[in-house]
Amino acid sequence: MAGIDWSFIWEGFLQTMEMVVISTVLAYIAGLPLGVVLSVTKQGRLAENRAVYNILAVLVNISRSIPFLIFLVLLIPVTRLIVGTSIGTEATIVPLTAGAIPIVARMVEASLEEVDGGIIEAALAMGASKWQVITGFLLPEAVPSLIQGSAINFVTILGYSAMAGFIGGGGLGAIAYQHGFIRYKTDILIVTVCILVIIVWIGQELGLKIAKKVRR
Amino acid sequence: MMSVTEKDIEKGSVADDIIYRLDHVTKVFEGAQKVVALDDVSLSIKRGEIYGIIGMSGAGKSTLVRTLNRLEDVTFGKVYFEGRDLTGLKGKELRKARRTVGMIFQGFNLLSQRNVEKNIKAALKIADVPKDKHNEIITKMLKIVGLEDKRYAFPSQLSGGQKQRVAIARALATDPKVILCDEATSALDPKITAEILELLKKINKELNVTIILITHEMSVVEAICDRVAVVDNGRIAEEGEVKELFVNPRSDAARKLVYPENAGFNLFDGQGRRCVRLVFDGTEAKEPIIARLAASKGVEVSILSANTKSVGGIGFGQMIVALPENEIQGNIAIEYFKFAGVYGEEVSEKSKEVIAWQE
Ligand SMILES: Nc1ncnc2c1ncn2[C@@H]1O[C@H](COP(=O)(O)OP(=O)(O)O)[C@@H](O)[C@H]1O
Ligand SMILES: [Mg+2]
Repeated sequence: MAGIDWSFIWEGFLQTMEMVVISTVLAYIAGLPLGVVLSVTKQGRLAENRAVYNILAVLVNISRSIPFLIFLVLLIPVTRLIVGTSIGTEATIVPLTAGAIPIVARMVEASLEEVDGGIIEAALAMGASKWQVITGFLLPEAVPSLIQGSAINFVTILGYSAMAGFIGGGGLGAIAYQHGFIRYKTDILIVTVCILVIIVWIGQELGLKIAKKVRR
Repeated sequence: MMSVTEKDIEKGSVADDIIYRLDHVTKVFEGAQKVVALDDVSLSIKRGEIYGIIGMSGAGKSTLVRTLNRLEDVTFGKVYFEGRDLTGLKGKELRKARRTVGMIFQGFNLLSQRNVEKNIKAALKIADVPKDKHNEIITKMLKIVGLEDKRYAFPSQLSGGQKQRVAIARALATDPKVILCDEATSALDPKITAEILELLKKINKELNVTIILITHEMSVVEAICDRVAVVDNGRIAEEGEVKELFVNPRSDAARKLVYPENAGFNLFDGQGRRCVRLVFDGTEAKEPIIARLAASKGVEVSILSANTKSVGGIGFGQMIVALPENEIQGNIAIEYFKFAGVYGEEVSEKSKEVIAWQE
């Protein structure tokens, strides 16, 4: 353990957090509305729309079924176009976000599905518009479940970020792979893996705790 | 009196005492198999009354009440609310109409993540009630339903009866003309049911809100309804004054509800004795009449079954009694019941026919 450069590891940790947090936030900015649309346009729901639902569902299913590693490679040209390079922390945010959007959308859809249909019925009976039902009833009722889902998504995206390290992304994943695995530095491999495990654990616990605290 | 034409009602010129009129309403659910949930339903509901809709599970009650605020579109027919056809309304117009009709449900349907105050506020926001009035209205509503001390409680901290009170406060907050109740007491025990029914009655009398109430329990109808429609298989089997239905049910569906045999209600004594069904509508105490008959006439009848309850301290319900085998004594008993002003009918075992002996 003596040979470990801790400032190097710290930098990797910061890079990982930067990538994962920014990607998660961006994925929710796009995935939350997408999940809402998926949920309400489904058959028998508030704003049933077969065409919209089917198109979105197919897109989400296809992008979700592509293994993330392949997704990373496929997106290299797009990343170059947006960031100017396909290597490094910033460049990794692009495929991470893109890969996370469908996952977030499905998670949001599942959370909204848990909401008791009676509350929507009550809102409509009051004379609420569809927008009012979604913002005033559906989403507020789903908040605890959405928080729990976001913790799970955070962990998934963290896993992806480690994978991204293999093909030129930064962060702890890259350190584990390039220094720990390729250069046989077992101690670095162990330390980075341990840190990743701890982040996962904290993320999950925190998500559960907050969800439990806000649930009434 | 001038005669009323359909056109007058459509124009709303005579709609003052009729708040809802359903005109040949049919609802078909298209699906794997077609379900005719409402089959040519026509009825009128008067302003200010408590109107019951009763029927077995699956009869079409919920579908019927949901056509009244257009939560359900009708397949054929018209639904007039205050003389205005609801079936043609769209978008904003429809939402505006819905704001004048409150609704409460069996499952309460409160926002579980919001406290009592915010639940009521949600309704006020939708109805575009100015923000500076919210506080005052919420206070007033909580006072009406008797929950002033639960303003900041969350639904999970309330009992079923309290949750329904919040739902009533929420429905009432936007000053509706009608409150629709879909099995609003079916999830509550008898004592709480009676309390909620009392509250609805109070709201009906004091605030002059028309109440339309759906139930599968005859006791609920007995307790508060002025008039009732019996729904069976999507059709109106019978409609009229509650007392009339109770004393003289004409349709099979109404009979089934009035003699709830499925609840262990034993109509016949199995020994061939003459049986009488006595109906207590609250004007006559139930126990003393049997005792008084024995004391003053020396005639003893046996109570085969009784299904009575006390609502607000008044006895409601019915009782099946077997008359003595001696025919003269039997007739004395019947004359005594008539004299005492108890509604009733003789039921004969052989034909399973019921013969009303009083109007
Ligand atoms: N959305 C629906 N789609 C298909 N069938 C329905 C739907 N809603 C109700 N039904 C059917 O319509 C009939 C009447 O239902 P409902 O009005 O809920 O009865 P009740 O409230 O008297 O129990 C039932 O046979 C029920 O299965
Ligand atoms: Mg029902």
